[in-house]
Amino acid sequence: MTRDPELLRRLLRAKDRMDAASHEEWPVDRLARVSRVSEAHFARSFKDAFGLPPHRYLLTRRIERAKSLLRDTEVSITDIAFQTGWKSLGTFGRTFRDVTGESPGDLREREKAAQHALERVPHCFVSAAHRPDLNIAVSEKRRQEAEDINEPTKKEVP
Amino acid sequence: MTQGVQVVGLYVRDQEEALQFYVGKLGFRVHTDAKNGEYRWLTVQHPEQPSFQLGLYTPGPPILDAATAQTLREIVAKGAMPPLVLEVDDCRTAYERMRKNGVEFTQEPVTRYGSTDASFRDPSGNGWKMIEARKAAS
Repeated sequence: MTRDPELLRRLLRAKDRMDAASHEEWPVDRLARVSRVSEAHFARSFKDAFGLPPHRYLLTRRIERAKSLLRDTEVSITDIAFQTGWKSLGTFGRTFRDVTGESPGDLREREKAAQHALERVPHCFVSAAHRPDLNIAVSEKRRQEAEDINEPTKKEVP
Repeated sequence: MTQGVQVVGLYVRDQEEALQFYVGKLGFRVHTDAKNGEYRWLTVQHPEQPSFQLGLYTPGPPILDAATAQTLREIVAKGAMPPLVLEVDDCRTAYERMRKNGVEFTQEPVTRYGSTDASFRDPSGNGWKMIEARKAAS
């Protein structure tokens, strides 16, 4: 499929803006304005260009940033939740666990215990390497995990 | 120094636009600008780095077929080319100067771990991280 590089460059601008302020709200109309495309075309064009829908991309950046703050600072988990754009601690904790497989507190403990040999790599690249690879929707991830858990019980039902 | 890396090339969507950007806005200098028919070998240099050239090339014939060139233009426009790093003495001063020149910054200067960095893109989509040189410990 041939894509218009001029359009891709404008879509990249929307991605850059989310990168620069992932804690902010990025509804489709705002992103579409940045890219100078219609709202109707934006989400589809973005997914086509970058492989995942814009809201999910934003989620990966928020989780990445939260992981970085958990790892590298002493900021409380509540403050991290609000600083990275969540409106409630509960949603943050649940989404974080769904995406990364562990709770924010567990990740912090584990990371603090590990030694880092990445000091010579510019910080943003280290951070990007820890970005979650969210190739399915969080809701789908939850559904699959629920199925895995529920599978054995199903067999017991006569 | 007589051995080492001499040229590293970037793909850009338009060489004239890239020239205006790297020379006109960033302050690089033209090292070589040689045209041969459709082909143009264009390299620029940082004024303080005479042994290194940054090549600014458009993907296309006669080096590449049309489909490959199109793929590369898409990759560049999506910002998917490898990271580039520019070292400066004073990140905030450089940021102000470049911003006034119309450079598209994707991250304002941030100070972390004792160093300040910012990010910008060239018109084609190539992403640069601008990092303040760490002061040598005395």
